[in-house]
Amino acid sequence: MGKDTGFMEYTRETPTRRPVSERINDWFEIYLDFPEEKLRKQGARCMDCGVPFCHTGCPLNNIIPDWNDLVYRSRWREAVRVLHSTNNFPEFTGRICPAPCEAACVLGINEPPVTIKQIEKSIIDYAFGQGWIRPEPPATRTGKRVAVVGSGPAGLAAAQQLARAGHWVMVFEKSDRIGGLLRYGIPNFKMEKHLIDRRMEQMSAEGVEFRPNSHVGHNVPVEDLRKEFDAILLSGGAEHSRDLKVPGRELKGIHFAMEFLPQQNKVCEGDTVANQILAKGRRVVIIGGGDTGADCLGTTHRQKPVSVHQFELLPMPPKERSPLTPWPLWPMQLRIEGAHEEGGIREWSVATTKFTGDENGNVKQLHAVRVGPPPKFEPVPGTEFTMDADLVLLAMGFLGPVRNGMIEQLGVALDPRGNVAADENYMSSVPGVFAAGDMRRGQSLVVWAIAEGRKAAQGVDRYLKGQTKA
Amino acid sequence: MIDPAQRRGLPVPQGLYDPANERDACGIGFVANIKGQKSHDIILKGIQVLINLTHRGACGCDPETGDGAGVLIQIPHKFFARECAKLGFTLPEPGEYGVGLVFLPVEKQERLQCEGIIERIAVEEGLGVLGWRDTPIDGSAIGRVARNSQPYIEQIFIRRGPDMTEDQLERKLYVVRKRAEIEIAHSEIPDKSFFYVPSLSCRTIVYKGLLLAPQIAKFYRELSDPDVMSALCLVHQRFSTNTFPSWQLAHPYRYIAHNGEINTLKGNVNWMHARQSILASPLFGDDIKKLFPIVTPGGSDSASFDNVLELLYLAGRDITHAMAMLIPEAWASNEHMHPEKKAFYEYHASLMEPWDGPAAMAFTDGRVIGATLDRNGLRPARYLVTHEDLVVMASETGVLPIKPEEVRMKGRLQPGKMFLVDTVAGEIVPDKELKRRLYSRQPYARWLRENQIHLHDLPEPPRAHGYDPETLLMRQRAFGYTDEDLRILMAPMAAKGEEPVGSMGIDTPLACLSDKPQPLFNYFKQLFAQVTNPPIDPIREEMVMSLISYIGTERNILDETPKHCHTLRMPHPLLTNRDLERLRRVSQGDLLCTTLNALYRADGGAKELERALDGLCRRASLAIKSGYTMIILSDRGVDEDYAPIPSLLALTAVHNHLVREKTRTQVALIIESGEPREVMHFCLLIGYGASAVNPYLAIETLENMANNGRLPEGVTFDKALKNYMKSINKGLLKVASKMGISTLQSYRGAQVFEAIGLNKALVDKYFTGTASRIEGVGLEVLAEEARLKHEHAVRPVTESDTELGVGGNYQYRVRGEYHLYNPLTVSKLQHAVQQSSFQTFQEYADLIDKQNKQFCTLRGLMEFKKGHAVPLDEVEPAKEIVKRFATGAMSFGSISKETHETLAIAMNRIGGKSNTGEGGEDEARFQRDANGDWRRSAIKQVASARFGVTTNYLVNADELQIKMAQGAKPGEGGQLPGHKVDEIIARVRHSIPGVGLISPPPHHDIYSIEDLAQLIYDLKNTNPKARISVKLVAEVGVGTVAAGVAKAHADVVLISGHDGGTGASPLTSLQHSGIPWELGLAETQQVLVMNDLRGRITVQTDGKLQTGRDVAIAALLGAEEFGFSTAPLVALGCIMMRKCHLNTCPVGIATQDPELRKKFQGQPEHAINFFFFLAEQLRQIMAQLGFRTMNEMIGRVDMLDMRAAVEHWKARGLDYSSILYNPPMPIRVARRKIQEQDHGLEQALDYKLIDHAREALENQTPIEIKLPIRNVHRTVGAMLSGEIARRYGSAGLPENTVRFQFSGSAGQSFGAFLAKGVTLTLEGDANDYTGKGLSGGKLIIYPPRASTFLPQENILIGNVALYGATSGEAYFNGMAGERFAVRNSGATAVVEGVGDHGCEYMTKGLVVVLGRAGRNFAAGMSGGIAYVLDERGDFAEKRCNRAGVDLEPVMETADIELLHGLIARHFEYTGSPRAVWILDNWSAMLPKFVKVFPHEYKRVLGIARSAEAAFVPRPEPQQQVARG
Repeated sequence: MGKDTGFMEYTRETPTRRPVSERINDWFEIYLDFPEEKLRKQGARCMDCGVPFCHTGCPLNNIIPDWNDLVYRSRWREAVRVLHSTNNFPEFTGRICPAPCEAACVLGINEPPVTIKQIEKSIIDYAFGQGWIRPEPPATRTGKRVAVVGSGPAGLAAAQQLARAGHWVMVFEKSDRIGGLLRYGIPNFKMEKHLIDRRMEQMSAEGVEFRPNSHVGHNVPVEDLRKEFDAILLSGGAEHSRDLKVPGRELKGIHFAMEFLPQQNKVCEGDTVANQILAKGRRVVIIGGGDTGADCLGTTHRQKPVSVHQFELLPMPPKERSPLTPWPLWPMQLRIEGAHEEGGIREWSVATTKFTGDENGNVKQLHAVRVGPPPKFEPVPGTEFTMDADLVLLAMGFLGPVRNGMIEQLGVALDPRGNVAADENYMSSVPGVFAAGDMRRGQSLVVWAIAEGRKAAQGVDRYLKGQTKA
Repeated sequence: MIDPAQRRGLPVPQGLYDPANERDACGIGFVANIKGQKSHDIILKGIQVLINLTHRGACGCDPETGDGAGVLIQIPHKFFARECAKLGFTLPEPGEYGVGLVFLPVEKQERLQCEGIIERIAVEEGLGVLGWRDTPIDGSAIGRVARNSQPYIEQIFIRRGPDMTEDQLERKLYVVRKRAEIEIAHSEIPDKSFFYVPSLSCRTIVYKGLLLAPQIAKFYRELSDPDVMSALCLVHQRFSTNTFPSWQLAHPYRYIAHNGEINTLKGNVNWMHARQSILASPLFGDDIKKLFPIVTPGGSDSASFDNVLELLYLAGRDITHAMAMLIPEAWASNEHMHPEKKAFYEYHASLMEPWDGPAAMAFTDGRVIGATLDRNGLRPARYLVTHEDLVVMASETGVLPIKPEEVRMKGRLQPGKMFLVDTVAGEIVPDKELKRRLYSRQPYARWLRENQIHLHDLPEPPRAHGYDPETLLMRQRAFGYTDEDLRILMAPMAAKGEEPVGSMGIDTPLACLSDKPQPLFNYFKQLFAQVTNPPIDPIREEMVMSLISYIGTERNILDETPKHCHTLRMPHPLLTNRDLERLRRVSQGDLLCTTLNALYRADGGAKELERALDGLCRRASLAIKSGYTMIILSDRGVDEDYAPIPSLLALTAVHNHLVREKTRTQVALIIESGEPREVMHFCLLIGYGASAVNPYLAIETLENMANNGRLPEGVTFDKALKNYMKSINKGLLKVASKMGISTLQSYRGAQVFEAIGLNKALVDKYFTGTASRIEGVGLEVLAEEARLKHEHAVRPVTESDTELGVGGNYQYRVRGEYHLYNPLTVSKLQHAVQQSSFQTFQEYADLIDKQNKQFCTLRGLMEFKKGHAVPLDEVEPAKEIVKRFATGAMSFGSISKETHETLAIAMNRIGGKSNTGEGGEDEARFQRDANGDWRRSAIKQVASARFGVTTNYLVNADELQIKMAQGAKPGEGGQLPGHKVDEIIARVRHSIPGVGLISPPPHHDIYSIEDLAQLIYDLKNTNPKARISVKLVAEVGVGTVAAGVAKAHADVVLISGHDGGTGASPLTSLQHSGIPWELGLAETQQVLVMNDLRGRITVQTDGKLQTGRDVAIAALLGAEEFGFSTAPLVALGCIMMRKCHLNTCPVGIATQDPELRKKFQGQPEHAINFFFFLAEQLRQIMAQLGFRTMNEMIGRVDMLDMRAAVEHWKARGLDYSSILYNPPMPIRVARRKIQEQDHGLEQALDYKLIDHAREALENQTPIEIKLPIRNVHRTVGAMLSGEIARRYGSAGLPENTVRFQFSGSAGQSFGAFLAKGVTLTLEGDANDYTGKGLSGGKLIIYPPRASTFLPQENILIGNVALYGATSGEAYFNGMAGERFAVRNSGATAVVEGVGDHGCEYMTKGLVVVLGRAGRNFAAGMSGGIAYVLDERGDFAEKRCNRAGVDLEPVMETADIELLHGLIARHFEYTGSPRAVWILDNWSAMLPKFVKVFPHEYKRVLGIARSAEAAFVPRPEPQQQVARG
């Protein structure tokens, strides 16, 4: 299996990002191609562990050692088969997953881990390139109808699994395009959107119908769904953004990241957006140091701002894995994403105390103080400061699903955190109504969304047929 | 194997104890006058021999009660005539009457009833009863226990019928005895179990009983009467594994005395029973039916053998003929055997299978007396002949004092050879002549030519089944194939022709606990040989192995016709599709074949399955009635509706049905199945009676893999198939050899398996006779498993549905099998010990202990009963508890220096014990480090390869552990590839860097229980302060073996579970051999307690112990101490990579790679934390159960219960009552160790030697002393050497500082572990294991100066001399037995002839053989040099195993000088006439020397030379004594 001594012979190597000066002028993905020869060596670094921690580190339980080995052996066709056996959309996760698998990689105990994510991405890109990704319609149809509400990764994964299991699936999406956060949350430079279109084509051929501009509970009555479908899967995400409740929050020029980011994605799709929130010529402050913050960072840079600051409440994590999160746990450590290379100033342990604006109600200044460590975040006396800002983006996470509308109307019970509560079959308190993804588990990763979608599909299928095939 | 109903003295089966597992071994001997002159002296001499073999026997808890002894002599007519006259009846002439020695019930009424029955039967058979005689005995001469179980002993005298010849009388006496045995066994007499007839014959009489050798003449008073005379006397001293009083199990039996063990007994007996229905003999006529069953049910292996020998003999075969049939030589792969002789064996092989196993068998019919040895030569047998026509044969030399000048010749029995004294003809018949007489009896070769059919001679079939990729996946799923089957098992077999290797043991659920549907095969575990018999090395000793089998109907074995060999000869049991078609269409003579379908309706559940099985059996019976002689059981044709019957179940259903119907031998069963794919599957099918197997789906799978790039470049389907079949065949031999079985023919039907988790109803019906001790699943679950697989098969496949299941047995997979060591438990354990967090440890332990959803281990289903809780602070402190902990045997070599030393430091800090493993230990570690840490391992292991086992190693130990087996691969040897042997490892192991090292499967000094006792004695002598521990692996019967181990005076017995880790083991062994420690430990505790041996021995257990709960359960089941390997390794950073065998461990543990070793991050504290956490958890449990100390807790199985209301679909059938059984013994019988063993060291001659050598020991003053020696003086020199090593380390004393000159016959292990500075010279001869473990000392042995024979033609020393010698010199002026210098790793020796397997596995040192070398010389030899004088010029062709060595002339000056010097030295020391002669004719003799030069050694030397480090072997030639 693999190359026994590969991990001793080769070092970790990832594809290079395009030069910052080049990439900030466009919206294309930032990575250069990675030659196959190099990739195979990266595959050879996999040790084919007796206990592959990557395999459980991955929420999808991707059978990583197997496809690492197959790539090493250039057996791409089998590699993609194994990859697809656990993951409907490796082209998404291969690009935007933070790769907990790599954090759990055994090699990572004392060496840089295997480039699992890159291998995953390469396998699926190769397979698409070869034309191997064909629709797989079921041999027989069950006649059962399933409505999937929300077309993010959870909804799409569930829809594909259910369609392949023989059910009629209709996907409802409130936006004008299918894809949820994949479409309108993730900036194009991280994942180009034609990838979603490509999957939609496959899914359409497998029998999935897509209904964009269909906001269930608003322009699509919940009762219609209940009447026309044998099962409903709620996969509407956790779009309720965390707000910053400080004086001056009402000023103009202070936006949630999720107001800002989708607009740019629409523009990239060729739409025009009236009154687009733009960073161009402005002093930008991004509040929140996570992935969304980084997405805002990359997006603003491409809009040519005057300056960008990014504030994070937590202290700066260590450069190396913190001893508090030993292997194979997800490491607390400083991450430098592509967007961070592109400019801006990251500040840690900063709490915003208020905003002040001009006479027109536009934000002009941000007032902040440096704080101590969690959980108290005590302000450090004498560290108050003020910063000029005319665009403030709030990227502080999400508080769960939007509850008014569909959720209320369906009457599903919520869990203590405000997410849709579901049993081990992913069914909510209302029989026949299921939930998956962020809507069930709260804000999380795309890879979790896909995993949820697959498991929920099994639950739906079991419900519909008494037993599952998915 | 003993049926309690038949054998008085043994308990009935209870708990995990089954008397069927009882074993024994012993010393045998005979004395005879060649000319047949009867004398009383022969009997005195025989008894003398017996007394001198006493140390080979044993006694139990009563030191005055032996395990049994006996003598067989000719009927002392003069004496009986005299005595009978006194009783008022007159004896007719000798030969006209028979005498029976009869054991009877003590109670008078019952005794009379028995007597009446015999008398009536005798009369009914046309004989006349002359009278009875009370055999005078002296009850005070024997032990208390023996007395209490003593039967009433009488003799019956029976007169022949009118006109009966002596032979007819003998046959009638046989009939009378058999009828009486059967009738009394079926009678209502309460004490009928007393009844037993040691002998009833007109020629011989057997006196035996539960005696010690010296007691026999006093007990049977008439043996001292001068009128009791015989020309021959066969004697036997028994060593049994129990202390239960049994008079009947003493030898000799009616015709034989046996030393060894028949491994294939179950198969032999079953086949014998099956062929009974066609037995016929004109000599018996209708009487034959009165003899059934031929094999008395449940007799011991020796007794059963005797039963069959008796039948063959009395039905007209010569006794030597019968012996050669039952214990044939290894003929199959011997190209040099005389063709007629080979034909003789092959002809008889088609009559019946060999009785296989270690055996020195002495036999007599009262006229001839002889002995034969098994094909492996695994038991010793030495003989001498005097000028006065006296022959003495015994397990040892020196058992009878005979003046040297009276000796005409001395010899030994060689493997497969026979030795016969014909007292009627007055001659000794040597083997060659004996065999010539046998093979000339009939034109066997012609018969074979004319009647035997070879598979390849059958006509090519018009078509055969092909490859069907369309349905392949469906069928693979239906038969439960997983991705791992293809990827991990089949691909390597197809690519390399070898079974894949894995490591780190198993941590997955037993089949009966797994949630996944299992193949039926997985419910079985292979049995293996340990202690009472040795496993075989099927690679290095391939010459004794054979896969040949014969298909066809069996005939009457009492007859001998050309038709008897009208069988189909199969080179091996695997059939390609084409081969199978050949068989299916065969039509030659009465070979006729039919196919029966083995499918059933999948939706019908157990009912349908059972109906299908019944139907199959019915159709099989019909087929036999219709004249078919071969039945193919086929599961081709699986579809949407039909699932395959598990192939093993189909087979055993039909097999057992036909056995019951008594038609089994008329037909061969052939399996055509999609199911078998790995070695174990084939083993089971053949082990349960299949003649051949066609694994059609495995074949198609290979084709598919070849077509789809799943095999390496260049491996075509044809090649893959060939490789695959080769690996399966090799695997079959390996598995058989683990049980000590050499031929597939005897393995077939031998049922050497244990079932775990199958219920009684299922086993009784389909696996009759197989042990299955905890109940479990039945047909319902098997049907459900089949249904699940079938359902998976017929479900449509989408891309997202992996084609095959992931498996997850060998590597963890989320959707695969559960593992105790999974990502969560591994990381939790590491976090706990690294962060010293008991809280996290508790979380880790909960994951393992709470097997709620997922069962994995037997202990998982146990729970503690409620106790009277005590406060935690009153419980023994953790620091005391950890002293009971040991780390497992992991060799330096398998794990890195850093890991090995970290473990040692940790264990020494907490007062526990670490274990060297079998790789020796760097002497630098014997001293403490400056910081007070100690890297010395308290336990020094002594394993089969004896790597680094020097005297100094042995004395630097607190415990010496004899590894009989290893949990991960019991019954197997190991191999350390050359690339892992670096400078340090080579130094520690006394080998050469870069040269691969082999560990033999057996200890070559332990083929039997009395051998183990000898090794224990050797080690105890060398280091009297160390505990001696014996490591066993759990299997059915391990308790019985443990009892034997206790009787052999071990201080500790370790019971290892099957799941233990390993650096490398074939996956078959890893997964399928051995059983959980829970079973083995419980059985051991029960049997030791029942034998009242538990108080003498500490019991330790290991095998994936992970938590305090595990330890608590082990303690309650009877363990005092606990071993851990995997868990502490994980604590030190092991992440269960399971790649130890590749040297690529990424955390620096199981690797020698210097770069990888740097990655090791383990600290002693991590291991210490682990052990203290364990102890803390254990304390909590103790408090809860109410135990303040561990001692109170041990063996308190009453505090354990099986978890109630388990609703698991499989687990609910389990029943632990046998595990939780507590033998009802009085309170005075200890349940834990309370007293020390009596090692009997005080008799050691070495005390005298040490006394004599005191000056030399203290001041290095040279001394020289002369002393007599006898065979009862064992292990001479070892204790003295231990004293030297203790004072002077491995440097020892200057050469010749201590010199002892002995005369006489030395006992076993003469000069064992002899240290540097000691020279032992012996004028006389020596027994087995001379110079074992030689550690720098010098041994010189030559025959008595007064002897008249030629030394080079006479046997001087026994078998297995210089085993594991590490340095020193030895000069033997005579021949040595088998396996001379086996595993020599540094000694220099000169000898004048050696038996088979000389220099086997040798890795270093120098051996000169100045005469004939036996077969298989240099097998597995990888280092060192041997020079062999090859006068006949046939060494290269016939005697040397050239697989790993080059043979070269001695040409180079350095070689010539070295050789010359050694021979000169040999002459100097021994005065060898042969040495003089060679030196005198040097130029003529030199070209006849062959230099045996191992390839690997040569390669490494080449490297060394180029590195300017030329090889200079020692010793330097001694120019001053050179002659010629």
